[in-house]
Amino acid sequence: MSFLPKNLFEQFHRLANVYFVFIALLNFVPAVNAFQPGLALAPVLFILAVTAFKDLWEDYSRHRSDHEINHLGCLVFSREEKQYVNRFWKEIRVGDFVRLRCNEIIPADILLLSSSDPDGLCHIETANLDGETNLKRRQVVRGFSELVSEFNPLMFTSIIECEKPNNDLTRFRGCIIHNNGKKAGLYKENLLLRGCTIRNTEAVVGIVIYAGHGLWVRRYQEKKSLFDVPESDGSSLSPVTAAVYSFLTMIIVLQVLIPISLYVSIEIVKVCQVYFINQDIELYDEETDSQLQCRALNITEDLGQIQYIFSDKTGTLTENKMVFRRCTVSGIEYSHDANAQRLARYQEADSEEEEAVPRGGSLPQRGSIGSHQSVRIMHRSQSTKSHRRTGSRAEAKRASMLSKHTAFSSPMEKDITPDPKLFEKVSECDRCLAIARHQEHPLAHLSPELSDVFDFFIALTICNTVVVTSPDQPRQKVRVRFEVKSPVKTIEDFLRRFSPSRLTSGCSSIGSLTTNKTAHKSGSNFLSTLSGDSTLFKLEERLGQPAPAIASNGYSSGAASWTPAHTAPEQKLELEQEQEGELRYEAESPDEAALVYAARAYNCALVDRLHDQVSVELPHLGRLTFELLHTLGFDSIRKRMSVVIRHPLTDEINVYTKGADSVVMDLLLPCSSDDARGRHQKKIRSKTQNYLNLYAMEGLRTLCIAKRVLSEEEYACWLQSHLEAESSLDNREELLFQSAIRLETNLHLLGATGIEDRLQDGVPETIAKLRQAGLQIWVLTGDKQETAINIAYACKLLDHDEEVITLNAESQEACAALLDQCLHYVQSRSPCSAPEKTAGNVSVGFSPLCPPSTSTTSGPSPSLVIDGRSLAYALEKNLEDKFLFLAKQCRSVLCCRSTPLQKSMVVKLVRSKLKAMTLAIGDGANDVSMIQVADVGVGISGQEGMQAVMASDFAVPRFRYLERLLIVHGHWCYSRLANMVLYFFYKNTMFVGLLFWFQFYCGFSASAMIDQWYLIFFNLLFSSLPQLVTGVLDKDVPADVLLTEPQLYKSGQNMEEYRPRTFWFNMADAAFQSLVCFFIPYLAYYDSDTDVFTWGTPITAIALFTFLLHLGIETKTWTWLNWIACGFSILLFFTVALIYNASCATCYPPSNPYWTMQTLLGDPVFYLTCLIAPVAALLPRLFFKAVQGSLFPTQLQLGRQLAKRSPKKLIAPKETFVQGHLPGEPRTESSEQKSISTSGTFSQDCTSQASWHIQRPACFPEASGEPNVADMNVPLREDILLEGLGSQAQGSSMPREAILERCPGDSKMKPTSTSRAAPLSSIFNLSNFSSLNWISSLSLVSGLGSVLQFSRSSLQMDKQDSEFLPSPPQPDQDLCGLSGQTTDYF
Amino acid sequence: MAMNYNAKDEVDGGPPCPPGGTAKNRRPDNTAFKQQRLPAWQPILTAGTVLPTFFIIGLIFIPIGIGIFVTSNNIREIEGNVFMYYGLSNFYQNHRRYVKSRDDSQLNGDSSALLNPSKECEPYRRNEDKPIAPCGAIANSMFNDTLELFLVGNESYPIPIPLKKKGIAWWTDKNVKFRNPPGGESLKERFKDTTKPVNWVKPVYMLDSEPDNNGFINEDFIVWMRTAALPTFRKLYRLIERKSDLHPTLPAGRYYLNITYNYPVHSFDGRKRMILSTISWMGGKNPFLGIAYIAIGSISFLLGVVLLVINHKYRNSSNTADITI
Repeated sequence: MSFLPKNLFEQFHRLANVYFVFIALLNFVPAVNAFQPGLALAPVLFILAVTAFKDLWEDYSRHRSDHEINHLGCLVFSREEKQYVNRFWKEIRVGDFVRLRCNEIIPADILLLSSSDPDGLCHIETANLDGETNLKRRQVVRGFSELVSEFNPLMFTSIIECEKPNNDLTRFRGCIIHNNGKKAGLYKENLLLRGCTIRNTEAVVGIVIYAGHGLWVRRYQEKKSLFDVPESDGSSLSPVTAAVYSFLTMIIVLQVLIPISLYVSIEIVKVCQVYFINQDIELYDEETDSQLQCRALNITEDLGQIQYIFSDKTGTLTENKMVFRRCTVSGIEYSHDANAQRLARYQEADSEEEEAVPRGGSLPQRGSIGSHQSVRIMHRSQSTKSHRRTGSRAEAKRASMLSKHTAFSSPMEKDITPDPKLFEKVSECDRCLAIARHQEHPLAHLSPELSDVFDFFIALTICNTVVVTSPDQPRQKVRVRFEVKSPVKTIEDFLRRFSPSRLTSGCSSIGSLTTNKTAHKSGSNFLSTLSGDSTLFKLEERLGQPAPAIASNGYSSGAASWTPAHTAPEQKLELEQEQEGELRYEAESPDEAALVYAARAYNCALVDRLHDQVSVELPHLGRLTFELLHTLGFDSIRKRMSVVIRHPLTDEINVYTKGADSVVMDLLLPCSSDDARGRHQKKIRSKTQNYLNLYAMEGLRTLCIAKRVLSEEEYACWLQSHLEAESSLDNREELLFQSAIRLETNLHLLGATGIEDRLQDGVPETIAKLRQAGLQIWVLTGDKQETAINIAYACKLLDHDEEVITLNAESQEACAALLDQCLHYVQSRSPCSAPEKTAGNVSVGFSPLCPPSTSTTSGPSPSLVIDGRSLAYALEKNLEDKFLFLAKQCRSVLCCRSTPLQKSMVVKLVRSKLKAMTLAIGDGANDVSMIQVADVGVGISGQEGMQAVMASDFAVPRFRYLERLLIVHGHWCYSRLANMVLYFFYKNTMFVGLLFWFQFYCGFSASAMIDQWYLIFFNLLFSSLPQLVTGVLDKDVPADVLLTEPQLYKSGQNMEEYRPRTFWFNMADAAFQSLVCFFIPYLAYYDSDTDVFTWGTPITAIALFTFLLHLGIETKTWTWLNWIACGFSILLFFTVALIYNASCATCYPPSNPYWTMQTLLGDPVFYLTCLIAPVAALLPRLFFKAVQGSLFPTQLQLGRQLAKRSPKKLIAPKETFVQGHLPGEPRTESSEQKSISTSGTFSQDCTSQASWHIQRPACFPEASGEPNVADMNVPLREDILLEGLGSQAQGSSMPREAILERCPGDSKMKPTSTSRAAPLSSIFNLSNFSSLNWISSLSLVSGLGSVLQFSRSSLQMDKQDSEFLPSPPQPDQDLCGLSGQTTDYF
Repeated sequence: MAMNYNAKDEVDGGPPCPPGGTAKNRRPDNTAFKQQRLPAWQPILTAGTVLPTFFIIGLIFIPIGIGIFVTSNNIREIEGNVFMYYGLSNFYQNHRRYVKSRDDSQLNGDSSALLNPSKECEPYRRNEDKPIAPCGAIANSMFNDTLELFLVGNESYPIPIPLKKKGIAWWTDKNVKFRNPPGGESLKERFKDTTKPVNWVKPVYMLDSEPDNNGFINEDFIVWMRTAALPTFRKLYRLIERKSDLHPTLPAGRYYLNITYNYPVHSFDGRKRMILSTISWMGGKNPFLGIAYIAIGSISFLLGVVLLVINHKYRNSSNTADITI
């Protein structure tokens, strides 16, 4: 086994080990030797052995987990057997043909050659790689997709050329040369990446292009721990003698100063700490049956010193489960109270449910779909991996993990409780339309509101890319051969399809169910519907649904099944569950699925989606099939997606758009305020905007749903340009973008939805606590800005009171300029310079409210939001310092759209430049690099695969455990280790001091009065156990106090226990103690007939007693283990001494201590010195400690006293503790009171406004360079704003009050403060509109340059001044325009 | 120190383990040890809690110190057995190379070591091609002055005081550690093929006339071989035994010390002394320990008072501060 030499080699990389061995070897030089050579080697060997053993154990556990992964099985084509055989992952080689089935994890990078999907598609889920749970589409390599028969690997003769593997997940180039000489390009669309999971595709075959033996064997990265090679040198104590030999000997003798046992003790203590962290029941997660795992054994103390936390968002802060919460349609809010209650219930119910689920052998039966998933997996694993222990825990765990992966399947996400009012309306629509469907304009029979409701749900259902699958099999796409498959491709096609002769081509475009009223229709329609029916019938059969007798009497059977449900929503829901529960929705984004599930709850169920048609099933109307003309996919610049459909009821071409509210609200059809209808529209919009703001305040992800009806001419016109754009070769993307923008205008607002990406339990509380503990939290997410900001608000990372600096730059220069501005701004807020500026710019009315006191100006520091692109610029060499400086000033930093590499770069930057201790926490493979770079990497286990966990140092089941891990265990580990290291150095300094003083009385001959055995084993044996016990078990402050007073954590961050001052104080004390312990025996035995070693032994004993007493002073909690350890140490010393001194009369030269101890025990002076010396040595320390504890207690000591005084009633004194001693702490609980009393935020508004003025000249040129679109939008938006104002002003006070109730932290104080500013108070009734408007103002990017937006509060001020005043005092017009632009682009 | 034993709840039941899942369950055991909830005494070092310790130390140490001091000072009277020491100063018997320069095996009578002493003895290992017995620097530098004590009484000639040579070395040294080499009839034969240390006048087998105090087991030699701890030291030379209870061991009178001067100390700037002393239960006369005890006790007491003051003041001013912690 090659372990030993390798391990020794590794160990000798550590300088200290080399040093110790060197010293041991020095003993073999006869002229120098101080000790018996063999004896001197013993401790070194002991330490090497212990370390080797520890490493061996670590390697073994690592090896075991690698083994587990390497021995996953998969089907590999064997040329010998001419069939697919089961192989281990580790046996997969490049060039192997691999056959993968649904839900299997991809074992290597594979080029997709064949798919069971008729279109040659394959869906993969890349959650393991980038954390995104949506499905990505992969395509069979061109040239293979045409194959009709099943792919035969034996026929494969092509040559594949591809580039070397790289780190970039998004890039892959290569080409394949077929045997006929044709060359085809390979793109990342053809590549199945290792670690992803096959979804929705029954089977695929591919060829392995990248695989590696060591691919999964992750290299063990040893992180450097804090207390490494202690820098102190025995030679500094070197005496005057110049003799080299003597010097070397002195080194040997005084080597005790650098305690060889320090290492081994620290290692032991850390292992024990890890053990205790692992064993902590508070870190055990019932739900997943997992506790915290420490994977790195040597960085526990780092946990106590973390200054920066870098967190992933999705899956780390949130559960990555999107849940529909509420919606507003046509200006009416449906609060979905029952839904909210239901969600609240899930909090508790979840765990109980989990509890009830039998684990292990059988699998979580989480709803029909979840169980289906797991059963399948189980099935597979049992059949294909029979060699493994089936049903093992690991297996079950993996299976349940996978079932979680097929996200959107938990009942929480599916079972939406509909709002009764809205439900009633939907049903009404349904009924009306069912009756009116064959009249001329069926929708015209509905009131505008109901029509909106109907459209709203249709949009929810079809405006997405959700794939419907049936559970029994992975989706088998049904190819209906006689249909025209493709979307409209040419003008001719269009004309053909929309010509009267639709019978032949577009037969399924009105694929509605047959009803008895079909007869009223034209003959052609009749025919078409008939054929449509048969298609659908087949479809349904294949889908394995319990098909009602559609063909014969679809309507009646449908009605029969739905009617009872209609009267009793609950019942119907169950019914629906039974029927629809079979359907599974898989979406590219979890939001989409959430919306579709929501629509289904209202009986508007998406039942089928082909790429050119969508079917929706309604209770009365039956199945409506929409012809899908175009899908304009989501992109992050447009921030919306649209579908163009032909409505089966009206035959109109409709555009449904779903997008971020900030964008969609600007694209609405401008409505004149003249007619009643227009006014009504305005009202609806302003109301909707209000609700949107409200949703955003609640941290919901908001989406606006809008609709546009296109006339045939408009459509034809647009289509032409769109087709041009599609067919254009260069800047196709740009043209498509423009084309989409042309289509998505003049929208009619239908409503808005609020979706919750549910935060994990306790995330806001944890973040608040961590903040209090002085940690800076940065969120690095790949998500888009809005989402990230929403979540940041929801988890209290951003506060509604504080300013948000948004940094979105399009170029390096812009970024630099922006950084400068921000820096300027942030600096202007600093207490020294801000007051003047405030005074200079604030209007008179406000000046009493913002006195230039420090409390005003140093309000909450702003937060920084930066997007990925700007981040890339900011991380450039020339800007990183500025960026860092800015980020340092900010309370929290949010990096959106950042790549894994950027994440790690940010961490690296902070780590290297700020010299801060960093922690990175994440759950997905996209966080791996960040986790590895950070000082402490934390992986969230069980959510998104194992990659993050494998790379991490600690794996926690949930984010909230971070609190206890850091604040309690981190603090303990740090304080224990710091104290232990301090004690160690004290101990050894003191011990060496004894020898050192002796040098003055032995002619500096490096002689030692202490027997060499005692010298060598003193640290290792006699005095090590008590300090180990203390180092492992001592608790300076009890856990509950640490948790209630998180600011105690700061002691670790500031290295309070391990500061140079403390260190040198300790050293001085050690010197003093050694003086006492040397000179008391010296004087007591002065001029006596004592020999060297008879004199040295009492000194040793004195040293031991002193050490133990010193440790006693330092120990904060005395358990029976401490007592036993101390007793054991003393006993051990005397036992060993007695045995040693009696063992051999002539051995152990030069001391030859025969019968020394025995003689001493009969000498009263021995006892007398042993009593007085330790007491004398420790008196000053005890005295000092007592005085310090009484007069200048540290925070930690106060914490301990607090715990002692009221061990049971910690809550009561907590408040006073916080307020009394740490007034500057950011505290979420009391922020409300504070803002009311001081109106701190309000005055901060003044400040920000002030700085806005200053910055304006710099900003404005950039802002003016915005593209036309933005300019065009500005007036629109102002219009809306005014509209909203008007509606509010008319006295609809009810919603306003509701809002005020809901967001007391923000809006309540505004009226309070303004009520004093009399002239403005009347307008302030309207302010809730603008004050809630931050959500839209948060996102600000300009087309070319960019606009810096500082805060919503500054904006709000602008609006109050410029737009909302009936007779405005007219501030800066430019300012007003600017703010409008900044807000409104999007 | 605060003495309230803050026994935290030993094992609070915690949520019961979910039924049936014990085998699969990874839930850590809810024991006091694993959850770090061991009952613990948690002293907090403040003036109030620490000051009793100081007073107790003071109260214990001062009496002990006084006791020791008195005992030590009572040694003055020459009663009981009187010990005769020679003292040397500025003699570094504890020098590293000096301390090592001996062969314990040889001294223990090992015949092979006798003829082939340890290398540690260099440069006093061999002389004129013969092994030195006893080898090494310690033996070589053995104190060889002769001290004789006479009582000059009323008579014209001084009466020699009987000085006991034996019983001055540790019993274990004399009987276990030091042994003459085996063999031959006479001691001289046993030491044949060896030579005397360079500085010695006589060989080792001629140190004394009595056979049980000759050779390696000569007690003067054994005493010398126990290297002194500090450069100023004394070594026991002779015992003056008390003859009867009625007479003092050394009655008052004029004494006459006859020194045969062999041992040069001027070369290393040393001094020689002769000390006569009795010993008490705690050894020879040394007032230091007594004084130290008294001093430390007093200091401790004083510090206790200081702490008392601090505690008093602190308590008055900080009763409110305690609450606002």
